[in-house]
This record gives sequence, structure tokens and C-alpha cells, in this order.
Amino acid sequence: MRALWLRDRFATAGVIVLAVLALACVLVPAIASADPLAIGDVLSLKLLPPFSTDAAGNFHLLGTDRFGRDLFVRMMLAGRVSLTVGIAGSVIAAALGTGVGALAAWSGGWIDRALMALADTLLAVPRLVLLLVCAALWRPSATTVVVVLIATGWMGVARLIRAEMIGVRAQPYVQSAVALGTTSWRALWRHALPNALGPAIVATTLGVGNAILLESGLSFLGLGIQPPSPSWGNMIAGGRDLIVTAPWVAIAPGTALILTVFCATIIGDALRDSLAGDRAGLRRSIAERA
Amino acid sequence: MIAAGLMWLVVTLTFVLLRLAPGDAAVLLVPPGASVDDATRIRAELGLDRSMTVQYARWLKGAVSGDLGTSFSSGRRVSAVLAEAAPVSVTLGALSLALTFLIGVPIGMWQAARHRTPIDHVLTAVTTAAYAAPTFWIALGLVAVFTYGAAVLGLPPWLRLPSFGLRTPGLTLSGWPGLMDLARHAVLPVSILAGVGAAGIARYARTSVLDIVRMDFVKTARGKGATSASVFGRHVLANALPSLVVLFALSLPGLVAGSVFVESVFAWPGLGRTTLTAILSRDYPVIMGATLWYSGAVILANLAAELALPLIDPRREAA
Repeated sequence: MRALWLRDRFATAGVIVLAVLALACVLVPAIASADPLAIGDVLSLKLLPPFSTDAAGNFHLLGTDRFGRDLFVRMMLAGRVSLTVGIAGSVIAAALGTGVGALAAWSGGWIDRALMALADTLLAVPRLVLLLVCAALWRPSATTVVVVLIATGWMGVARLIRAEMIGVRAQPYVQSAVALGTTSWRALWRHALPNALGPAIVATTLGVGNAILLESGLSFLGLGIQPPSPSWGNMIAGGRDLIVTAPWVAIAPGTALILTVFCATIIGDALRDSLAGDRAGLRRSIAERA
Repeated sequence: MIAAGLMWLVVTLTFVLLRLAPGDAAVLLVPPGASVDDATRIRAELGLDRSMTVQYARWLKGAVSGDLGTSFSSGRRVSAVLAEAAPVSVTLGALSLALTFLIGVPIGMWQAARHRTPIDHVLTAVTTAAYAAPTFWIALGLVAVFTYGAAVLGLPPWLRLPSFGLRTPGLTLSGWPGLMDLARHAVLPVSILAGVGAAGIARYARTSVLDIVRMDFVKTARGKGATSASVFGRHVLANALPSLVVLFALSLPGLVAGSVFVESVFAWPGLGRTTLTAILSRDYPVIMGATLWYSGAVILANLAAELALPLIDPRREAA
């Protein structure tokens, strides 16, 4: 893995930027003096432009929002939510997809048919529509968003892993392992799965960006993370009617979001080039881009 | 046959999802201050007081005979609601999808031809950033510049673009002026969808062309002295085309699903916005009808891809 990252300068830069951003998301709200949720003296503090100092002498790097809350601290707190939801949503979805794909390929028969029918059914509805239906009907929260991202995101990886596993299972080294008396599960775990994982890792990395975008979209529509708890999507929604008078309120979280998805995408690109990810999965992720 | 089975699975799953969710559609429909009796009466009128099985059977029976029921909130036929919204989304989608491929594919191929040059890196950065940007965020930015900021920034009148709805309210234009009015309203939504879409397609086209250029048969063709135009047309393009056609087919359902975000920001009464409104107000019949329509589109698109592939890729004989 280390050699891989060093080989691609852009991906290395992406990893560094993401690491710095994640660190800032953890540290900034923890050590900042400004409370990102509390609403203070709204009249004197609201909508201060970036790089301004308020009457009390507090410096606001990115200015303040309509309630006078420091935008930078809020944005970093939102980053915790957005990054966690995005990463958890795509990684758990990929893990579930890997499990389902492996189970389907290894058991065959009616289990395989039932699982693939379920995957095809879910794939036959645009992901955004599925997401909206699920997100709108249950009480909106970070947990709901993660669950919904998992429920609508595992099918691609499951199909991928199943196809890879069926290919791998026919390979001589797996067959000889079985012939030498390896149990079926051990053959699956030790031989087949590691060889089918490459495309899944690529799909997961590229999926992080998609998941973060989808979370922000749901939050923008009011179906995701609920204020006062901030996410990049609901912060952009909060700046929607201020886009002319105080554009920084929407620009700041949007920039953080683009930077994150950008880095996740170039890391995914680099992994794909070296792990020989699949093109069908890439096509699907492009076609699903909302 | 498989397609019909799949569509049945989709609507059944949607039905189960909708009814599993906590909450009550009737509560959202009663006016403020209504009594419990009112809610009960509405529930009975909509048939929501019957058992799940009865409701499901009723809906399925209607759907099979082409009756998708009536909308809870507007009382209009679901098919009429969808038929009214579809042209808006399809126009928006068709224009932007055509532009997406017309712009994206050449950019990606050009990048591949200039692989690892500064211009390739710049274009990669630009397309990746556009691909990474949420459409609603770009939409807000463009609205700020071209609608609200146009006068302040001193933009020429033709660059001062409307950003709400399909036509200028209060004006009844027909013929050419009406079309021009519609076109002006379409500039921002179409550019956003086409821009973000083209970025994705350019990224894909670049990757797939680069995959092919590394193949042995391209080296052989170069080695035997084929001109670069013939290598590109005969070998590279011919091999890149099938996967682009599949991508095009996979993008088609997005066209009928409409863009929820762009339609929301620009208040276009298309399918995306109709679906979102229906979901928010628990208008079950409209949600079910829309889902049926989407899954039909997805299945048709996949079928179209499978049928088109043997035509452009001789290696794939129609099985």
C-alpha cells in the first residue's frame, strides 16, 4: 500500500489533504473558544465577513452565519459528521456487498438467485429515488442517512465480488486447495476473497465521494442531518437565501465538500490504476452521479 | 418476462418500504385543527383503513390494467400527474445528456492523446473538481451570478438569466418569443447538468482510451506504420465505443428520473420535483407510480444496451 501511494504524486497529495482536513475536523471544534452551536448576540455577530474581528475581539477566519456562529468552527464540526457518514456509509455498504457477493457465489443455487434478484431489484430504481423514499419516511438523523446509504449502496459491490469469486473459484490454486482437503469456508476466506478484493477496494474509495455527495444532497433537501447539528449539506442549504448578501456562508462548506470528494476521487483513481479495478462499476458510479 | 418480474419486485419492495415506515399519510392530509374523526374519515376514503394485503392487491390489480390510482394530495389521476411532469424532465434530460456526451467524450479523448502533459493534468483537475461539486451548490452559485448579480456585475442583458420556473410569469408569449423565453429559462439548468455530466464522461472516456492505447494491437498498428489518424479511428475509437454506448444507456434512466436537485433549485415542475413532493407528503399512489415508471426505464435502458452492443462490437455475437 505504501509503495502504491508513493508512486502517484497526486494520490499522495490527496491522502495528505484528507488527513489534514480530518485532523482539523477533530481538533478545531475541540480547542476552539467559539461554540459552534450556541447562539449569542445575534445582532452584533451575524454575517460577519471572512477575516473579521468582532466587538469582543474574537477573530472569525471565515466569518459568521446568520446566527453569529463562527463559520470555520461550524464547518469543521460539520466535517466530522459528513466524513463519518460518508466513510461509514460506503465502507459498511462495501463490506455488506462483499459478504453478500461471496455468499451468493459460494453457495450458488436458490440463495444465489434470491440475493441477486434482490440486488437487481434495488438496482432497477435510481439510487437517489431509493434514498429519498427511505430517508423521507424515517426520522431524519445521521444514523438514518448511514443506514440508507448502506441499504442502497451494497448491490454494485455484491455483483462485482460475485463475478470475481466465480472466476477465482475456477482457478487451479483454489481447486487444488480444496482437493488438498481445505474446508470450503477456509478456501473462500484464504484464497478466493483476497483475490477478489481489489475491485471492491476501488469501488469503496470511489464510493466515499458519492456517499458524501449524497449525504449533502439529502441534508440540503432537509432529509439528512438536522440543524442545529451542522453538516456541509445543511450549511449550504442555510446559506441558500444569503447567496447574494453573504455568499461565504454557502461557499465555505461547498469548498470543503468539493475538496473532500476531489481527494477521495483521485485516491480512488490511483487505486484503480494499480489494482485494476473494474470499468463496469466505474460506469455505474458515473451514471448514478446525481 | 424477466423485466415484468423485476418491475413487480420493485413495486412490491416500494410498497413494503412505504408501509413499514412509521407515520400516517392521513395525518398529513387533514387541515390544522381537524378532529380525530376527520382523520379517520380521510383514512377510510383513501382505503388506508383496509389491511395491507387488501391495499396491495387493489393497487396491483389497478396497475396491471393501467390504472395507477389518484393522488392523495391533489386528487388527480397519477398517470396525469406523471404525464404532465415527464416532458419537462425529458426535455431537460435529453438536452443535457446530448451535451454531456458531445462535450465530455472529445475532452476525454483529447486528454488521452495528450496523456501526462500539463494540459492533461489541468483538465483532469477541472473535470474531477466539477465531478466532485454538488449540483445544487453550483446551481446556487450560478443563480447568484447570472440572476441576482447580473446587474451589479454589469453583465450584458443576454447574460442576465432567469432562474425560476419555465417561463416568465405574467407574460403570455407564444411561437418564437415563447420558445426564446423557455430557452432563456433553460440555460442555467441545462448548463449545470451538462457541465457536471460532461466532467464525469470526460474522466471515463480518458480512462477507457488510455486502457486501449496500452494494448498490444495498438502498438502493432503503430509499428507497422499506420498513420496516427487511422490508429485512432480504426483501433482506439472502435474499441472505446462499446463501453461508451453502455454508459450512455445507463445514463438514460437518469433522464426520465429528472434531476431532483436542479429541478428543486430552479422550481422546474419535472418528475424529480414531483417525486420529491410526493415523498415529503406521503402521496403513496404518486410514489408508487413514479417508481414503476423509473424501474421500467432502467430495465429498458439495460435491455437497449444489451441489444445495441452486438451492433457496434462484432466480438459480441447476439446470444
